[in-house]
Amino acid sequence: MKNKWKNLLMLLAVILLVVLPLLFVNGEFGGADDAAEGAITEIDPAYKPWFKPLAELPGETESMLFALQAAIGAGVIGYTLGLLKGRQDRQKLNDQKN
Amino acid sequence: MNKRSCWRFAWLVGIFAVYFLLNEPGTAEAMHIMEGFLPVGWAVFWWLAFLPFFFLGVRKLTRMTRDNPELKLLLGLSGAFTFVLSALKMPSVTGSSSHPTGTGLGAVMLGPLPMSVTGSIVLLFQALLLAHGGITTLGANAFSMAVAGPFAGYAAYKLVMKLGNREKLAVFCAAAVADLMTYVVTSIQLAVAFPSADGGVLASMVKFGGIFAVTQIPLAVSEGLLTVLLWNWLKAYSSQELSLLKRGARGGNTL
Repeated sequence: MKNKWKNLLMLLAVILLVVLPLLFVNGEFGGADDAAEGAITEIDPAYKPWFKPLAELPGETESMLFALQAAIGAGVIGYTLGLLKGRQDRQKLNDQKN
Repeated sequence: MNKRSCWRFAWLVGIFAVYFLLNEPGTAEAMHIMEGFLPVGWAVFWWLAFLPFFFLGVRKLTRMTRDNPELKLLLGLSGAFTFVLSALKMPSVTGSSSHPTGTGLGAVMLGPLPMSVTGSIVLLFQALLLAHGGITTLGANAFSMAVAGPFAGYAAYKLVMKLGNREKLAVFCAAAVADLMTYVVTSIQLAVAFPSADGGVLASMVKFGGIFAVTQIPLAVSEGLLTVLLWNWLKAYSSQELSLLKRGARGGNTL
C-alpha cells in the first residue's frame, strides 16, 4: 500500500498549498479581474475597453455556475474511473474462472 | 522513509520557506485577459494565431477517435479534468487568487493538439456564462491556455522521460509547466499590447508577470500533484488504454 500513502501525502501537500497562503499572507484574495485592469490603466491611462462582456451575472449566480462547472467535470472523472475499475474487476473475475 | 527521500523532503521544505518569505502580499490577481482589454489589432492577431491549431486539433481528434474509439474515454477524462481545475480559484502567496488549467494531463495522454480543442471549449464556457475572459480576447486566452500550455507541457514530459525515464516526475513536470507557461504567455500578450512608457515591453512584462506568473507558481505545483494523483489511479485501473498510447498507436501520443 505504498502508493496509497504517496497519494495521501500528495493530497495533503495540495491542501497545504491552499491553506498556507490564507494563514500567512495578508491579502484580499479577490477573484475579480481588477488587478490586471489596474495595471493596464496605470501603463496606458487613455485605454478604454472597446467591448463589454455580453452578460454581467450577479455574484451568487456566478458562484453557482462555477460550482456547476466543477461538478460536471468531477462527475465525468468519477464516471470514467468507475467504469475503468469495473471493467478491470470483471476482467480479473474472468481470469480467475478460466 | 529512507535517507534519500528525507533529504529531498528537507530540500522542498527549505525552498518553500524561502519562497513564502520572499513573496510580499500584493493585491494583484486575474485569470485570463478580460473582455475588451486587448486592442482590436492584437485581439485579431491572437485569434489568427490560435485558429490553425484549433483546426489541426479538430482533425487530429476525428482521426484519433475513428482509429481508436476506446480513446474517447481518456479524451472525456482529460476534458473533464480541465473543466474542474479551471473552476477552482485557489488562493496564492501573492495574496490573490487564480486557477490552474489542467491541460498538462491531456497533453501527455493524447498529445498537445487535441487540447487546443478541449481547452478552448472550456474557455468559451467561461467567457459566455461567467463573463470570465471574453469573446474578443478568446483567441489570446485560447492561445495561452489551449496551445502554448499543452505544447510546453508535452515538451517537458518528453524531456524528462528522455533524461531519466521517470514517468511520474515527467507527468508532474508536464502539468506544472503547462500551467505556468499559460500565465507566462498571458503576461507576454499583455506586455506587447501595453508596453510601458519607460522601459517598454520588458518593463510591462515584469509587471504583468508579477501579476500572473508569480501567483501561479504554487498553483502549478498543486496542479502537478493533482495530475500525478489522477495518473496513479489511471495506471491502476486502465493500463490497457495507457499502454495503447505508449506504443504510439495510430493517432495516439504523437503530434
